[in-house]
Order: sequence, then structure tokens, then C-alpha cells
Amino acid sequence: MTSTSKAAAIVGVAESDEIGLVPHKSALAHHAEAAHNALEDAGLTRNDVDGLLTAGYVNYDLADYLGIAPRYTDTTTVGGASFVVHVGHAANAIANGLCEVALITHGQAGRSSRVPIPRDPNLPSAMYEMPYGMIGMPINYSMAATRYMHLHGEDRTRQAMAEIAVSTRKWAQLNPKAMMRDPMTFDDYHDSRWICWPFHLLDCCLVTDAGAAIVVTSAERARSLPKPPVYVLGHAEHHDHAGITTMPDLTSTPARVTGPAALGMAGVTHGDIDLTMIYDSFTYTVLVTLESLGYCGPGEGPDFVAGQRTAPGGDFPLNTNGGGLSYTHPGMYGIFPVVEAVRQLRGECGERQAPDVSLALVNGTGGALSATGTIVLGVE
Amino acid sequence: MTSGAYQGPLPVKQPESDFYWEKAQGHELWLRRCNACERAYFYPRDFCPYCGSRDVAWVRASGRGTLHTFAIVHRAPVPAFRDHVPFVVAMVDLEEGARIPTNLVDVEPDPEHIKVGMAVEVAFADVTDEITLPVFRPA
Repeated sequence: MTSTSKAAAIVGVAESDEIGLVPHKSALAHHAEAAHNALEDAGLTRNDVDGLLTAGYVNYDLADYLGIAPRYTDTTTVGGASFVVHVGHAANAIANGLCEVALITHGQAGRSSRVPIPRDPNLPSAMYEMPYGMIGMPINYSMAATRYMHLHGEDRTRQAMAEIAVSTRKWAQLNPKAMMRDPMTFDDYHDSRWICWPFHLLDCCLVTDAGAAIVVTSAERARSLPKPPVYVLGHAEHHDHAGITTMPDLTSTPARVTGPAALGMAGVTHGDIDLTMIYDSFTYTVLVTLESLGYCGPGEGPDFVAGQRTAPGGDFPLNTNGGGLSYTHPGMYGIFPVVEAVRQLRGECGERQAPDVSLALVNGTGGALSATGTIVLGVE
Repeated sequence: MTSGAYQGPLPVKQPESDFYWEKAQGHELWLRRCNACERAYFYPRDFCPYCGSRDVAWVRASGRGTLHTFAIVHRAPVPAFRDHVPFVVAMVDLEEGARIPTNLVDVEPDPEHIKVGMAVEVAFADVTDEITLPVFRPA
């Protein structure tokens, strides 16, 4: 296989027309709107697309709705990490001539869907976890956070989770598309109601309606398109369990593999990264992922995020769109941090633009901390 | 579960787990254990997840273990649990070596009263005529 570092570039990104509370749009409509918007951003049309990658739908259902017939198709489904993984798969496919213009789409009516998405009762997690009320990610992830508190101290873990909630809201206040833009104080965080101890309401991501899409093409073709190419420099994927109760170590995610692998492929190190985007399903997800990616050691995350250094003006810009915690989170959020990283790398972010962003790392997490995809993106 | 009749999702038994649920109904906790690498594991399947061996046996667990982690559910994840909140979800490290999902019962649903590492023992909640859920309480 051809080396795929810098063989492909992201040339178009977009959200669906409206995101947040959108009861008048279906999930497929979010996919389609985002696809059209991202192609427009790329200066391409539907007719250029010959590769389709998505999760949540089987590809032919989505292609049918869009009216396209791809020659490369990929339905890799690893929860919210899927779309980050898709960027790597698209780069591989393009580098190997399997397609030239890959479209990655996402859409979910997470808040307004008229029917709940069924869960397969044949799965082990349905048989052994759900009867105990282990249903939904707040409960699953909270058990991981309790374990972290036990190992590394409850008070400092709590403070770290508060730092992340508050700094992420500050970024959201600078993003006109963010759902939650009211100021949040540390007291607001600590006073918010329990969802599942140790998680307050403000430890948990939003539930919204939204879609997003990404267009990837060859580095060569990217240079002929209107926007500056955002090169895919490194990518990696890994999963090591399904349900939370089979997670090998509740305080270490598969990012311990994908972080170093993606950075290694890109030929850069943590210190070179100007912007970090981490899927923030919960405040704890950010804390444990910073450690797993290797930005700091086990138990050092609370010191790493102390003093609002991840907030606007801080020296470690993190989740500059306001994250799943305050911007949007329709269910499988992983595509949105990629969209934001591309916009930051292009310098399109206005008031929330982080300084001098030429290298960005994006980490998506799926399932019950089950899967991660990490990519490193860069501009010339 | 702390109060009221159980209305939550019931396990859909699979062929490889019929034995587990039969024994639970008889108030016994049984585990799969690998004869090749000598590790017990959960959930039951006919292949060892650690070494891949198909030489696996059923063993009766003592029911003793320690609390690996827990959380206290305040917002019911589905309506069936509304009458039960707050309740405690947990993972228990059994002394045979396997980690098992469960509820912690017979304890105040308050982090002041529940500590990771505390000793626990199995109890059995007969939630329907067909299904008994192994749960744990402080030992």
C-alpha cells in the first residue's frame, strides 16, 4: 500500500443548514444538506463524488437519498469515532486510486427523531449491562470517571472536570452556531444537578439535531481547488472493547495507540500541535483522552488543564468550537471536531480563531470509550 | 434495584448463556474459565477472550469480590427506571479474577457510603419468574 501521509487533503467542510433544535428536519436531510454545503465549500459538485463514507446508515441507503453511485464505499461504524476514522480510510482509498473525491457525511436528529433508534438485544452489552440500568453513555462513562477519581484523587479530578466544562463554554460563547452560549461559572458547574454521580449535568454533552460533511481528494487535485488544502498527515484507528464493563483499563482509552501512531505517521510530536480537538462526550472524556494521547502522563491531566489554559487566550487551545459540551452533539459527534480543525487551519474562525494554527490533532471517541480515531492535519 | 417491581430491559438469553441464567435462577453464580491460560472471564462465551483457547469450562464462583468502580444513577436512562432512582451501577472484581457488571444493593446510594475497593458479596434479585439478576451487597 502507498504511504498516505500528505497524499490526500480535506478540501470542503460544512454543517447542515441549521443545527441545534431542528424538529423540522430528518436525519437524512441533515446528511444531504451537509453534503451539498461541503461540496460547495470545496468548489465541487455531486457529480465529482466517487467515494462515500458514512456511519449510522448503510451506504446504499444514503447514496440513494443523495442520488449518487460511488465506486468506493465504506460504512466503518465505531460510534462517534467513525468519521475521524473515515478521514484516514478516504486518504488510503485516494492514495491507492480507489476513488478521487471522497464524501464523508453525518446526520442525526438526536433530539427530534420521531422514533428511537433500536438497540440490538442480542449483543452482550444488552444482555449483561442493560438489565442493571447501564443504559446510555452518561452512566457508562461515569463509572470510568469514578475509577479515575479513586486512582488519582476525587477533588483534583472534580476540579479538572470543572475546568474543562468552563473553558469549553468560553469557546462556545465565541461560536454563533453553538447551542449553549450563556456564561458558565465554576459555581454553575458545581451546582448543576446530578445526572449520574460523579457526573453533573454540566459534565455531559448536549443532545441536538445536526449533520456535517467532509470532502477529501488527492493532494494534487486539492491544489486546484479554491480553499487552501488541509493535508491529512497522519491517521490511526483502534478499539479494544465494546461495553464499558469489558474495558481493559477504565482510565486509558484506545487513544494511547492512535495518538502516537497518528503523530508518528505525520512525523511530528505533541509539542508541534497548535490546536487539539478532542471529542468531549463528557468532561471526563477530555481528561482521560489528553492522557491517553500522550499530552501528559496518567493522573497528570488535572494539572495539564488547570488554570483555564485550554480556554480562549490560554496556551493550549482545545475544542475551539465549544465542543459537544456546549456547541452541538447529535449522537455521533466525531465529524464536528474535524470540521472545526479544518476551519481553524484555514484561518476562518473569526472571533474564536486560535493563533498561528498550522498543525491540528483531532481525536474521535466512539462507543463506551471503545474506539478512537486520531488524525493529524496541516496546512503549508 | 431499591424499590418497586423490576420493569427494566430483560436479558435476551443466547445459547452460550443459557447455563449462566439457569444457575442464576438457582441463586448460584457461575463463570467461564479457560483451562489453557487458567483465567476466568466474563461474559460467557465458548472461546477464551485472553488466549483464544476453546478449552473452557464452567466454574462456580464464590460470590465474593471487591468493588472495581460504581456510579449513582440520578436521572433514569429509560422510563422503566424512574421509580428506582437513585440506584447504584457497579463493576465487581470477583476473587476468581473476572469483572462483572451489576447493581450494588443494600447500601445508601451516596458516595460517602460506597468506596472503590470495598468487599462485596453476591445476592440474587428474582426480577421475573424466568430471570434472576446477580447483584452485590457490602460483605
